[in-house]
Amino acid sequence: MSGPVSVAVQFMAVSRHFEVVRAVDGVSFEIFDGEFFSMLGPSGSGKTTCLRLIAGFDRPTAGRILLHSVDSAGIPPYDRDVNTVFQDYALFPHMTVGDNVGYGLMIRRVPRRERRRRILEMLGLVKLADLIDRRPAQLSGGQRQRVALARALINRPRVLLLDEPLGALDLKLREQMQVELKALQKQVGITFVYVTHDQEEALNMSDRVAVFNQGRLEQIGTPAEIYEHPASPFVADFVGICNVLSADAAEAITGSRGAVLIRPEKIALREPDAVVLEDECSADGRIRDVVYLGATSRYVVELARGGQLTVLRQNMDDAHKTAAAGLGQAVRLLWKRRHAQPLVAGT
Amino acid sequence: MQGSNAGLSLAHGKGHERRREPVRPSARRLSTLLFFRPRLVLLILLAPPLLWLGGIYLGSLFALLLQSFFSLDDYTGQVVRSFTLRTYGELLSAANLDIVFRTATMAASVTVAAALVAFPIAYYMARHASGGTKALLYLGVMLPLWSSYLVRLYAWKMILAKEGILNWFVVELHLGWLLDAVLATPVVGGPSLSTSYLGMFIVFLYMWLPYMILPIQAALERVPPSLLEASGDLGGRPRHTFRHVTLPLALPGVVAGSIFTFSLTLGDYIIPGIIGQSSFFIGQAVLSHQGTAGNIPLAAAFSVVPMLIMAVYLTLARRMGAFHAL
Repeated sequence: MSGPVSVAVQFMAVSRHFEVVRAVDGVSFEIFDGEFFSMLGPSGSGKTTCLRLIAGFDRPTAGRILLHSVDSAGIPPYDRDVNTVFQDYALFPHMTVGDNVGYGLMIRRVPRRERRRRILEMLGLVKLADLIDRRPAQLSGGQRQRVALARALINRPRVLLLDEPLGALDLKLREQMQVELKALQKQVGITFVYVTHDQEEALNMSDRVAVFNQGRLEQIGTPAEIYEHPASPFVADFVGICNVLSADAAEAITGSRGAVLIRPEKIALREPDAVVLEDECSADGRIRDVVYLGATSRYVVELARGGQLTVLRQNMDDAHKTAAAGLGQAVRLLWKRRHAQPLVAGT
Repeated sequence: MQGSNAGLSLAHGKGHERRREPVRPSARRLSTLLFFRPRLVLLILLAPPLLWLGGIYLGSLFALLLQSFFSLDDYTGQVVRSFTLRTYGELLSAANLDIVFRTATMAASVTVAAALVAFPIAYYMARHASGGTKALLYLGVMLPLWSSYLVRLYAWKMILAKEGILNWFVVELHLGWLLDAVLATPVVGGPSLSTSYLGMFIVFLYMWLPYMILPIQAALERVPPSLLEASGDLGGRPRHTFRHVTLPLALPGVVAGSIFTFSLTLGDYIIPGIIGQSSFFIGQAVLSHQGTAGNIPLAAAFSVVPMLIMAVYLTLARRMGAFHAL
């Protein structure tokens, strides 16, 4: 794709205060047209509030929100070209699946035949065409979620908002829906704004991720950028496991100044007499704890110099059988010097 | 230390802190039996009210129905206990049908008016009031029910009378002519508000309003806010949201309230007697027929009429989808 990408949503120094509580505090960012954008953060970080501000259910206390370069102030939700998939799906219990999906069209007085055609088309897209006359109460969680999706997409919004839509589903279904949502977004081509507290989900599906913490935007970037180069201790810790070597330990081991961060999968677990290459750092220690995770194992190694590092290792061979026996074993940890990232203190 | 002891005692039962009362083995066996047989518990809990409902209530209704198929021998003044439809034939006379029609019309108008008046109140209580205001509103709605029916009735009679405060107020506002014009309306008007159908209507409305407000309020409160937001999100303006989401979901509450107002008005015999004129309502007809006249069959036949009307009403409501949201 070439050419300038237009901006679908722009936050300009937006704040939303509830009396003393600063749900959103001076947030500015852009969401580009056609991208899958995730807002990630713990509960109360302001991500859902931002979503509601885009949808129009809430108004900012300060700042502006532009939707396709138009200031959204004073525009009610029903006049915005934005649709939402709610966390509890919010399906109308007194209407059939077909009437639910066609609600937006019915409001806009689309003729019945045309409406029916588009409802069937949309239900076909989410593979629920044969459930058109059922009631929401008769559907499973995954089916309801897809109805909510169809109901939102049928109106051809320019931006689709999703508020933790996969939270209520079990793991297998969630993973399947993640793949389907991603494919759907590519197929339909509209901007998806996705709110989640599950960092794996965000990394999995998004083109770009915005990490929120206590109403502030900590970092915004591609999943790789967020994970490999976290901009703050919070992001480093929230996204994946992070090892932080304090300034002293870092200086002693790696010779660098200031605290460093190393991701656990970047560390190799070797025998105590392993060779240390030119571009590598090493630390000796003993295995204090082993957790078997199926595909990988997680080792907590107590360093000789004090402190500890967590190491994540693929269970390539029968390592898991000897893992427990590895408790207390002396090991040498090796990692590439470039993988030790200086930690930017605070933001 | 006390703290660590408390932590340890979790594993051994409350050995240290206090002595457990010895549980009688028979009580223990009983509670275990009941635990594993939830249906038995249900049966035990339901048996008394079901006996009441089945035996006394349904039994008496059945006895009433039975009576309506007997007839009164005009000559001896005794009830003839043989199956006949003559009593129902009597019911279908012009005068009696007049009574039924009068009562049904009043019940219908009271129901409609109560729904219209109660809905905004219930809506405010459910969606906008919170905490202290809500409690105050609940109190306001229920407070009249704490006082005697007759006290409220006579209070209204005094308010509506020609010498009453309403008349005084209207005259003070120089609107006496308006009140006279209203009272001059044929049928619903009368010599004064306290002796006219209009006055009856006002009193009925006042009496049954709490029974309409509370079910509607309960139904509205159960509507999740996300549904209303969803409607707006999909392009629905407030009036669309009201028509397509709020109203259908509140309808079962309206129907529940209307059952109260309809049936209570159909059966009432006190208000028409006090506020009304000489023309009878169903309740008064039942009272008079079973009293000195001793015409139990006709009284029973009259009593069946409200039941039939309610049955028809509920069937119609169900067919029109009033219970879809349930």
